[in-house]
Amino acid sequence: MLLIDILLPGLVLGGMYALIALGLTLQYGVARIMNLSYGETLVAAALSAFSLFMGLQLSPLLALFLAVPAAAGLNWLLYRYVLMPLLRRHSDGGAREIDSILATFGLLFVVQGIMLVAFGGQYYSYSYLSIPVVVLGSTLAVNRLVALAFAVAIGAAVYLALTRTRVGTAVRALAVDANAARLVGIDVALLSGLAFAAGGALVAAGGVLVSMFLTFNAAMGVVFTMKALVVVIMGGIGNVMGTLAAGLLLGLVETAVARLVDPGLTLAATYALFLLVLLVKPAGLFGTAQR
Amino acid sequence: MYNCSRRSTLRLAALAASALALGASGALAQDKLRIGYTISKTGPYAGGAGITTLPNYELWVKDVNAAGGIKLGDKRLPIEIVEYDDRSNSEEAVKAIERLANQDKVDFILAPWGTGLNLAVGPTLNRLGYPHLAVTSVTDKAPELAKRWANASFWLGTSAQISNALAELLGKLKSEGKIGGSVAMVSVADQFGIELASAGREAFKKAGLNVAYDKTYPLGSQDIQPLVKDAMAAKADVFVAFSYPPDTLAITEQAQLLKFNPKLFYVGVGTAFPLFKGKFAANSDGVMGIGGWNADSPALKDYLARHKAATNKEPDRWASSITYASLQVLQQAIEKVGKVDRAAVAAEIRSGTFDTILGKVKLKDGLLQEVWGVGQWQNGEFYALAPTSLPGARAPVVPKPEWK
Repeated sequence: MLLIDILLPGLVLGGMYALIALGLTLQYGVARIMNLSYGETLVAAALSAFSLFMGLQLSPLLALFLAVPAAAGLNWLLYRYVLMPLLRRHSDGGAREIDSILATFGLLFVVQGIMLVAFGGQYYSYSYLSIPVVVLGSTLAVNRLVALAFAVAIGAAVYLALTRTRVGTAVRALAVDANAARLVGIDVALLSGLAFAAGGALVAAGGVLVSMFLTFNAAMGVVFTMKALVVVIMGGIGNVMGTLAAGLLLGLVETAVARLVDPGLTLAATYALFLLVLLVKPAGLFGTAQR
Repeated sequence: MYNCSRRSTLRLAALAASALALGASGALAQDKLRIGYTISKTGPYAGGAGITTLPNYELWVKDVNAAGGIKLGDKRLPIEIVEYDDRSNSEEAVKAIERLANQDKVDFILAPWGTGLNLAVGPTLNRLGYPHLAVTSVTDKAPELAKRWANASFWLGTSAQISNALAELLGKLKSEGKIGGSVAMVSVADQFGIELASAGREAFKKAGLNVAYDKTYPLGSQDIQPLVKDAMAAKADVFVAFSYPPDTLAITEQAQLLKFNPKLFYVGVGTAFPLFKGKFAANSDGVMGIGGWNADSPALKDYLARHKAATNKEPDRWASSITYASLQVLQQAIEKVGKVDRAAVAAEIRSGTFDTILGKVKLKDGLLQEVWGVGQWQNGEFYALAPTSLPGARAPVVPKPEWK
């Protein structure tokens, strides 16, 4: 069954793309900070998971309980003490974006440098839940399925939190217009910090989960930042469901092209799809055009 | 964003100051041998440089200085290192080499990691007249470049040598009836993969093998499963992947998941890394890959122990020991010449015979000829198999055992 053999592995790959992009959609889409050190956070989480697994035999799934709160805390501190003073300087969105890009660009090298000192440049990889499971005649790896399940669960949870809770509504108001949100009594600084910290927690979860099946080193962060950026922009900035859909779509297209056309064209297919979406729907699949 | 770490900037400043002081009082007798290098500490090449090149540079400097230094005339000079990070960028690497030669005025320069960077800095090192020991570069251009650049030497053979060694082994196994005649081949779509695959196509044909599946994949692919599934469908006895470390691990993991167990399973760069054994444990048994070493040699056993003690990790079983041996050659060449005469040292490297951890080393036309193309994990060690004519070649285990 070639169709199922494309569909299932495609969704699993797409789930991984969505997983690594979900945090960025909160940080960029809601907190309005284009975090260029995003991939480094992911790699740091992956390296932590590796160390915990090799040193203490701690399962990466349990490591999530350590990595996620730690990342949320660190990202909140980062927002509160590094990014907020920068953002306060301007009320204009464009200038804020430039400041945050420059600051996080610097941060990228700081985080990367620390990881290089601690871990060196070599590759890391370990095996966890690398067990085959046959679903509808197609063989999949349990660790990748777990990542897909987490992507869907996290995506749904964040979506519900944003649409069904009072805080979520306030966060969305913030994403639309921070100045107007202030007028109706929303604590902008607090909520932006919250969204940024939540984004950091999600990317750490992504890092821990992908470490189960990807090979990584301290210098690889930018690869993940790029992929996440493509997924987030394609899905519509700040739209959680859009990110999930865009990630899954990318996975499906890559797998289909690899099986039906030529594995050498997967990268070309990714960017062709990206271009097509931007041409047809410039605000992304689920995005709404602004003004 | 600066090209060198802060420590090396400080060192640079200190060096500049001492160079000024020295300059004022004329050429004083040398009390140190200054050796510089540029290495990819960040960027995509950091993974390779961090396992093969940098630990061996560090180990060698430690070993030499522990013995008092390099002997120049009747004096031993300790080595002092000047290090830059080229960020995996060829322009940065060239700039760093220029700086090492012109500002830091180092006595010798060690090579960067990887084929791309070595080819990029080749012309500069040639112009500046520094010996260039391009260890970690695999290219079919090597013989031609060695002719053009008298200061250069190449230590990992050519793509054709690796593919020929593999084809020779496959041809032999086929004639012994151990494998059928068809090969499924995948390769990474960059210069390394393309050269090995095209040399492989030719060599396999000559050895009477038929390439049933032949596809490339882009660098940095995050899911390799479709490729492995299609290769599996080709029902070949032999699977060959000219791959990079992350893909080597991903392909092996997928093959294991899909229970794809061809009689001969050969994967690319990274198979020889200790990481491979660490990740796959007993499942690494029987997997073949690029490289290999004569693990029974006492000199290499001793090297393995020293490498572990000094850097806290094992070396890879391909280019690590060759990197270390190339540095021994450099040291012995300097000692034979007896002074910092770079042209004479470069000529000595190409013409002399040296005692190294690999045994006696003598280059031919600037190339190390005795290079392993195929190794195999057997009981937790990555033994060299081919070219089968080289001393120390071990017998292959074929068919490979089932995945556990």
